[in-house]
Amino acid sequence: MSKRIGMEIALAAAEAAALCRPDVIAAYPITPNTHVPEHLSEIVAEGRLDAEFITVESEHSAMSACAGASGAGARAFTATSSQGLLYMAEILAIISSMRLPVVMIIGNRALSGPLSIWNDHSDIMSQRDIGWISLFAANGQETVDMTIQAFKIAEHPDVMLPTNVNLDGFQLTHVVEPMLMPDQEEVDRFLPPFKPFAALNPDDPVTLGALGLPDIYTEACKSREEVLLNSKKVILEVWKEWEEQFGRKYEPIEPYEAEDAEVLMLTMGSMGETAEMAIDELRKEGMKAGLLKLKLWRPFPFEELKEAVKGAKVLVVTDRCLSYGGAGGPVALEVRSALYEEKKRPVILNYIIGLGGRDVMVDHFMEMIRTAAKADAERPEKAYEIYGVRE
Amino acid sequence: MIEVRWHGRGGQGAVTSVEMLALAAIGEGKYAQGFPSFGPERRGAPVEAFNRVDDKRIKKRQRIYRPDVVVVLDPGLITLVNVAEGLKPEGLLILNTHKPFTEVKPHIQFDGRIALVDATAIAWAELGVPITNTTMLGALVKMTDIVKMESLSEPIEHRFGRIANKNLTAMKRAFDEVKLV
Repeated sequence: MSKRIGMEIALAAAEAAALCRPDVIAAYPITPNTHVPEHLSEIVAEGRLDAEFITVESEHSAMSACAGASGAGARAFTATSSQGLLYMAEILAIISSMRLPVVMIIGNRALSGPLSIWNDHSDIMSQRDIGWISLFAANGQETVDMTIQAFKIAEHPDVMLPTNVNLDGFQLTHVVEPMLMPDQEEVDRFLPPFKPFAALNPDDPVTLGALGLPDIYTEACKSREEVLLNSKKVILEVWKEWEEQFGRKYEPIEPYEAEDAEVLMLTMGSMGETAEMAIDELRKEGMKAGLLKLKLWRPFPFEELKEAVKGAKVLVVTDRCLSYGGAGGPVALEVRSALYEEKKRPVILNYIIGLGGRDVMVDHFMEMIRTAAKADAERPEKAYEIYGVRE
Repeated sequence: MIEVRWHGRGGQGAVTSVEMLALAAIGEGKYAQGFPSFGPERRGAPVEAFNRVDDKRIKKRQRIYRPDVVVVLDPGLITLVNVAEGLKPEGLLILNTHKPFTEVKPHIQFDGRIALVDATAIAWAELGVPITNTTMLGALVKMTDIVKMESLSEPIEHRFGRIANKNLTAMKRAFDEVKLV
């Protein structure tokens, strides 16, 4: 039976990962994800989990160790943040091309510089195109649930892709709150043991990660693209199974008061629930405002997005990352591309918010939505705005 | 919903206070958050930590700017930071001090309810260290009923192990000794 517990979310993420019985954990601490591997090392040391905990000397080695472990047929897990993710970058794309279902928690943090330990989404966005599945949690419960779901999605025979679960640094990682923690029997029932497609074994040699000459590299890319796009079907199936077993529903885009909304806001990550409070306030004032909470970033849910914004006049997309020299934030870029060919689409505004830990309050969300509502008749002058920036 | 802001110095355990309080509230079946001030904290430097407690699920994830209650762990902080900043006029300020209120008053920019307790003396006597985080929990519970005293036992026993009883005694003493001015 799941148990209602109070726990720091990073520790709960570690507990959830431990329930998935990883064989190998290789991690290097970096704020704000540190408590995840730290707590896992405690769980292993206490003998609660029979796993190899490798205290590597860097994130590059952490991900390399995960690659080796996963290649040998082990269930491998790691966690990182910010510069740590960047230090892993060389291995990240190799892992997905080798179809190794490593699971990683990212305690999202801004990139230096200036040096910042605080939260935004610049870290994962810099590694957007590496062929991993990316999920975004909005609270502690989703962190626990998605960590467990991630293994099942990643290791599904039709997927076999690495998966990262993103939780906002500090705003989630360091918050103590109530969650329902599944027990071992429930997780064992949900998550079957890992069956690798091919594993490194001296008695039965195989080659993983071979050279891709120009006559095959393009096809390798195509197959990677195809499997990532097709993984959505499995993700939806896994979420359905989760709902049936645990009663908590997951969707690529979770609507809140969105059905008859004329003005929609889209958020990703921990600010979604604060934005819900803004929607409640605006509804009280009589405004038909609604919210879309994006939980599946890769593969991007194009069809679900088109369906979700059908009735809206204005769509306010929030981003916690800026694509320097580009046309705004990465989420808005994706949303605009997704809707460009649609005959009827809402006016799209993009606010860059919450960079490097800048607090975004209920009032701020209300102001953004109110301003955006006026954009109905005319197209916005600018492709994006950095909300509240001092100039 | 009750929002509490804790002021302490790095190393004084303000984060432990908010964790113990959140766990006690959650243990009662309530909803709660406990979180630090999200910074690189240095030993001795002024730090803050926060709690939200409610009967309903808490959606708010912004920082706390208008607390209902402020708890100050370190007597010296009132001369360094405006501990009453944003405190609601109908709110409550709980200070650790050994001084009479007349000496404290000039440093406090707050006209509402203020409660005092000499938590440092209690902590020295009961714990042998001037760390007042668990002690001040007792004062907070007495003044607000935010959780029941007995709800704190399990989190404190789990966290402090063999020195849990000393902490519970210190907490109980602050509960008995805190006074509204």
